Amino acid sequence: MPNNIRIPTPLRKLTKEQEVVQATGANIEQIIADLEANYPGIKERICDDAGNVRRFVNVFLNDEDIRFLEDKATAVKEGDEISIVPAIAGG
Amino acid sequence: MSTNPTPFFTSLKCRECGRPYPKEAIHVCEIDFGPLEAAYDYDAIKAVLSRELLRSRPRRMWRYRELLPIDGQPTIGTQVGFTPLVKADRLAAKLGIKSLWIKNDTVNYPTLSFKDRVVSVALNRARELGFETVACASTGNLANSVAANAASAGLKSYVLIPADLEQGKVLGSLVYGTNVIGIHGAYDQVNRLCSEIAGKYGWGFVNVNLRPYYAEGSKTMGFEICDQLDWRVPRHTVVPMASGSLLTKIHKSYTELMKVGILDEAPFSIHGAQASGCSPIATAMKKGVDIVKPVPKPDTIAKSLAIGTPADGYYAIHTMRQTGGFAEDVTDAEVVEGIKLLAEYEGIFAETAGGVTVACARKLIESGKIPRDEEAVLCITGHGLKTQEAINGSCGAPRLINPSLREFEALVADEIETLQPKK
Repeated sequence: MPNNIRIPTPLRKLTKEQEVVQATGANIEQIIADLEANYPGIKERICDDAGNVRRFVNVFLNDEDIRFLEDKATAVKEGDEISIVPAIAGG
Repeated sequence: MSTNPTPFFTSLKCRECGRPYPKEAIHVCEIDFGPLEAAYDYDAIKAVLSRELLRSRPRRMWRYRELLPIDGQPTIGTQVGFTPLVKADRLAAKLGIKSLWIKNDTVNYPTLSFKDRVVSVALNRARELGFETVACASTGNLANSVAANAASAGLKSYVLIPADLEQGKVLGSLVYGTNVIGIHGAYDQVNRLCSEIAGKYGWGFVNVNLRPYYAEGSKTMGFEICDQLDWRVPRHTVVPMASGSLLTKIHKSYTELMKVGILDEAPFSIHGAQASGCSPIATAMKKGVDIVKPVPKPDTIAKSLAIGTPADGYYAIHTMRQTGGFAEDVTDAEVVEGIKLLAEYEGIFAETAGGVTVACARKLIESGKIPRDEEAVLCITGHGLKTQEAINGSCGAPRLINPSLREFEALVADEIETLQPKK
């Protein structure tokens, strides 16, 4: 079963303006690879050259930042919701 | 093209990937979401700037005009900056360090905090970019400064703050006739809301879409410190951290002065101070990691530092590490103690963030991280009259008597050896 992925405004050009898209994978890395297969160019925006999530991009698995889980190896199960959220400047 | 362009401020640049961007109201790299930062032509600046030229100018933050990101001459906040650098000998003796200085931004003009520096730059740039309404997300001091400086410039303003701020900071915005919006939530939620509305109404949000300009204003605190030390960089500087921006900009100010030949190269360390009730940067620093774990519910009397998701946390950590600095954090009781130490030993009444800085400096000295035989500057960023609630009940109370000499003498009898007037 694919999971729902929330796409932030700056990346919606790549998803044909869709706010929520679907992707399949056993972990975050596979989810991002599946996103890239359907929406070419999106991986480069989320990940650096080494394939790690960029410093100013947050990926949340059910509201938990994957940096504090298993990072890109974080397992994804059915029904989990994934959000991609650019860091917010301020202060 | 703006009037009177100068060649010194060249572009915005992504801090992560280095891509250049035009000097517009933008703050994030389109590719990797890294923050944009002002870039300068340091060779051109070096060719014109000298100690003599700087010293010939008025004692204001705009003395360092070439290193600030506006195109024309400043018209807003021209009186800001050049606060006293106080030689704090009594506090130095109390804390057990050879030499101590207080950079006293509690008396910055016009709103008694270092935020007048950043707002002055942001509003000048806002005017250059054609904005008629300016706004901010704030923990209080920034709101005060945006409201006041916008009022004097004739700009319309909106300030968004957490609803539970100190009364002095709320009134200190309302009085200027600004639009104060209190948000039921913590600062990070206010900030998130502002990022959603920033682009929507064509407003210049000083710390959102104008952030690359705004943040550079903090450098003037560092420029002034070196200027006031007769063109020397202090061996240690202790800086309070909320977003971490001020700390990184103090570092940038010292290195820029070296780059343009105003300062000789010399080693310096920059240390960061936070309150334990919201210490995401200090916690990561102490753990030896550079991923800052957000604090979802900050809980400290130092509300001006209560940013749970610090935008520049990563860079602040790298700045401290790179300069051999350390981070420290202190409890609310220690914050109050720090406020009282600064007041009782130097006659300076700082807000809670100042108490954080003094108390953290004390710990850094006691632990040997700042050696006792060296010199330190403490950046004191806001005035204590704004956060009176924090020390209410911690400083005693007046003793009340009737207007009677007998009652007065009875009151002080134990404190004075003889009540005979001295000749």
